[in-house]
Amino acid sequence: MGRLVLLGSVLLACATVPPPRPEAQPAQTPVAALPEGLTASPLRPAEKAAHLLNRLAFGPRPGEIDALARGGDAALWAWVERQLAPSTIDDSEVDARLAPLPTVGLTNAELRQEYPSLNELAKAHGIDLSNESAKRELQAAVDPDQLVRRVEEDLAIQKLVRATESRRQLQEVLLDFWFNHFNVDLEKGADRWLVTTYERDALRPHLFGRFRELLGAVAHSPAMLFYLDNWQSFRDQPANPRHPNQPHGLNENYARELMELHTLGVRGGYTQKDVREAARCLTGWSIERPNQIGSWIFRERQHDEGAKVILGVPFPANQGEADGERLLDLLASSPATAHFLATKLARHFVSDDPPPSLVERLAQRYLATGGDLTAVYRELFGSPEFWSRQAYRAKVKAPLEMAVSSVRALDGHLDAARPFEAAIAAMGERIYRCQPPTGYPDTAQAWVNSGSLVARLDFGLALAAGRLPGVHGHLLPFTPGRRRADPGPFVREVEQQLLGGPLTPETEKVVLEQLAPETRAMPDGEVRPLDVHKLAGLILGSPEFQRR
Amino acid sequence: MALSRREWLGAVGLGFAAASLPSFARRALAEAPRAGKLFVLIFQRGAADALSVVPPLLEPRYRLLRPTIALPAKGEGAPLPLDGFFGLHPSLAPLLPHFKDGTLAIVHQVGSPDPTRSHFDAQDYYELGTPGQKGDDGFLDRALADLPEDGKAPFRAVALQPTLPVSLMGPVEAVAVNELAQFHVGPASGSFEAMYRSAVDSVLRGASDEAFAALHSLASSGALGRDAEVAAGYPKGGLGRRLYELAALVKSGHRVQIAATDIGGWDTHVGQGTQRGQLSNRLRELGSALAAFARDLGPRFADVCVAVVTEFGRTVRENGTHGTDHGHGSVMLVLGGAVRGGRVHARWKPLDDHDLFEGRDLPVTTDFRAPLSSMLTGHLGVADVRRVFPGFALPRAEWPRLI
Repeated sequence: MGRLVLLGSVLLACATVPPPRPEAQPAQTPVAALPEGLTASPLRPAEKAAHLLNRLAFGPRPGEIDALARGGDAALWAWVERQLAPSTIDDSEVDARLAPLPTVGLTNAELRQEYPSLNELAKAHGIDLSNESAKRELQAAVDPDQLVRRVEEDLAIQKLVRATESRRQLQEVLLDFWFNHFNVDLEKGADRWLVTTYERDALRPHLFGRFRELLGAVAHSPAMLFYLDNWQSFRDQPANPRHPNQPHGLNENYARELMELHTLGVRGGYTQKDVREAARCLTGWSIERPNQIGSWIFRERQHDEGAKVILGVPFPANQGEADGERLLDLLASSPATAHFLATKLARHFVSDDPPPSLVERLAQRYLATGGDLTAVYRELFGSPEFWSRQAYRAKVKAPLEMAVSSVRALDGHLDAARPFEAAIAAMGERIYRCQPPTGYPDTAQAWVNSGSLVARLDFGLALAAGRLPGVHGHLLPFTPGRRRADPGPFVREVEQQLLGGPLTPETEKVVLEQLAPETRAMPDGEVRPLDVHKLAGLILGSPEFQRR
Repeated sequence: MALSRREWLGAVGLGFAAASLPSFARRALAEAPRAGKLFVLIFQRGAADALSVVPPLLEPRYRLLRPTIALPAKGEGAPLPLDGFFGLHPSLAPLLPHFKDGTLAIVHQVGSPDPTRSHFDAQDYYELGTPGQKGDDGFLDRALADLPEDGKAPFRAVALQPTLPVSLMGPVEAVAVNELAQFHVGPASGSFEAMYRSAVDSVLRGASDEAFAALHSLASSGALGRDAEVAAGYPKGGLGRRLYELAALVKSGHRVQIAATDIGGWDTHVGQGTQRGQLSNRLRELGSALAAFARDLGPRFADVCVAVVTEFGRTVRENGTHGTDHGHGSVMLVLGGAVRGGRVHARWKPLDDHDLFEGRDLPVTTDFRAPLSSMLTGHLGVADVRRVFPGFALPRAEWPRLI
């Protein structure tokens, strides 16, 4: 397992920074019209670049801020436009890194059949797992890489590697956003085998298209239909006396969350009756043998063919599968949905309490474009609210954002998921394992508390000191060497790299004080080198680094 | 702004001798519960099915409306009789002795006057203590503000989980600790403490003040080493581990006034089971963790009151998939040495269609704020529940008397 190693023992008087990565290069051809929100922004050029890389990416890598800022507003906006069209960005390095993972490209059926759980294996071999010695024997006999655990690890590592290293950063940020919007919990039954294709096939291809397509892909995903129980929802009918344990009636779960969490929002104007009627529309949207095949299927037999009325709109009888599609059309085109999605996007990208004027404009853009997500993103990223002084560092990083941005700041690379996942979990976020359908909250209040802060400080120190297994690469691509007694200039170089700007004077003063003993001159007149690990750990744990 | 009770008591303690107080105030002080009381809120996230937790045995429609998920009337897996009318789910058997010795009370058909069936809204309303209205401060935070602080106690309010629940959000300090064993910063701790003390970021500074106070307090009491023998008395799973840590905190002399934690997995839309199955498994974990906690606390159990609550209840009829959908009224368990237990408090409405909420859900006949008010005043000594539950006007005589 790789460990963080401190590279370079060159005695340098000042920091050297590796050349910027290609995606941070200024555009060759300036874009004709730059949004006024950007050009009129009160932020300084380096702040603008840092802001973009903190919001549309998982934080800057060394050198990226300088490279982006150098080209001025035209380069910044060209970068945004490129990120909005991810297929134009070459990401073959990351693809090549992930290609060897055995499970990321498989179908549900392949995953289900080739990667059993230990319980299933035990059952197949007639082994009682409550017998500890029998359990150990079985565990010793099977290759852990042939168990479902492998699927979960591959899923996590591909997410974390892409978040850390993909050049299509906005795509990864949006994937995390929309996964959380359409949350499913990997720990619910068959979902352990279904989340791989859910993220890969339902979410990832639809992040930049029309919301209706994304919504439809989710509604056709076995992962969601399993998670919210719709696969078993049946038109209401008497129980079959010969099979009393078979489903024979409605299950409201998905229909309710579809309206409350996926589209209209809780105050979106629907009633309990609408929930029932929507559930009737969705009867029959099911899964072909979730424990063997796991593909989407429409079961005519299960479907309620009666007429329905939803949000006052009549749905005629005998429309079959089309009922569900019409329901999704209705929900996706509702102004309530436009406002709900606009609020969530603005909260994620601008501030916890986004300005209503911005939300309104985004909602209008959504409605005017038939729910074109890229049009909404473009409006958002060009808005004066996004580029305002108030929005700068206004968001507290979620644990995943904190962890990934730390690795990026240190120019590190990940090669194992578990220790990293555990560190993120200690800060309060279990990736792929949020139990309620609401997903994680997207406000500072949810993430700032004593326990989570302690976990953040601990993480920063461990990472910077190379104590976190599974991360390798440069810690800091420079060393302070033998230098003058004043560590100030060097500290500021490190701040610039890790943070993309200076610490507040208050924090910087403490950092310098804390480092003072290490920089004291030795009796022979030499100056002891600064403890770079401690310096980096302090900056990663600083209040400034907790914000994006 | 009026003087809060905390400030008022503080002024009393500093400036005046009790003898110089008017007689009503002397009486109030004498009756104030002694220091050391602990209130624990355990939130069952996902809406627990009351008719399975505490089934009404004599309701003919209980089995009629739940052909595959009702508990068997007799034999293995039958409910444990409580008072003739109600029974207890067999997986809660570890709590039966507490009902019998009067340290477990049950409040049935309890819930919120707000009709929402959204988990998210209902949990918020519950924890904010303001049905139908959103706000920033949780009801436990307001209860803390109303209570005398008795010294600087960093664990005075603690959430045993990775994040602070809404009930504890607000101006009064509260710490969230997922695992005490993992709660440390290492050698740079002093550096961070200095850094955050001077931070201009007030949000993060607040969390850090709480964190370092808690860290110092833990350090001075000696690390809470894991006592394997005691821990073995708790069931596997998150709740057992958290209650073990809470008991360890209390037993090692840390002052804890309010603690909160969650147990998830109650949203049983499909195949919820009967005496076995998913709901039964959750109840077994809940019941055995609570019983272990009571045992572990020993004599301190007398000072502890635990409320097990959930955001709403579920449909009375089973749904088409052998589960239950989002409903309205539910049930609350109240456990503690000082609890007036041994009875089920219920203004019971039968399960006839016209008595059900919107013809489908268990109705709410007791506002959740009533039992909580009884506990917060009777156990913790909150002076004025109208500050804890603004807009709640039910007179004290109408609250179930739980303490």
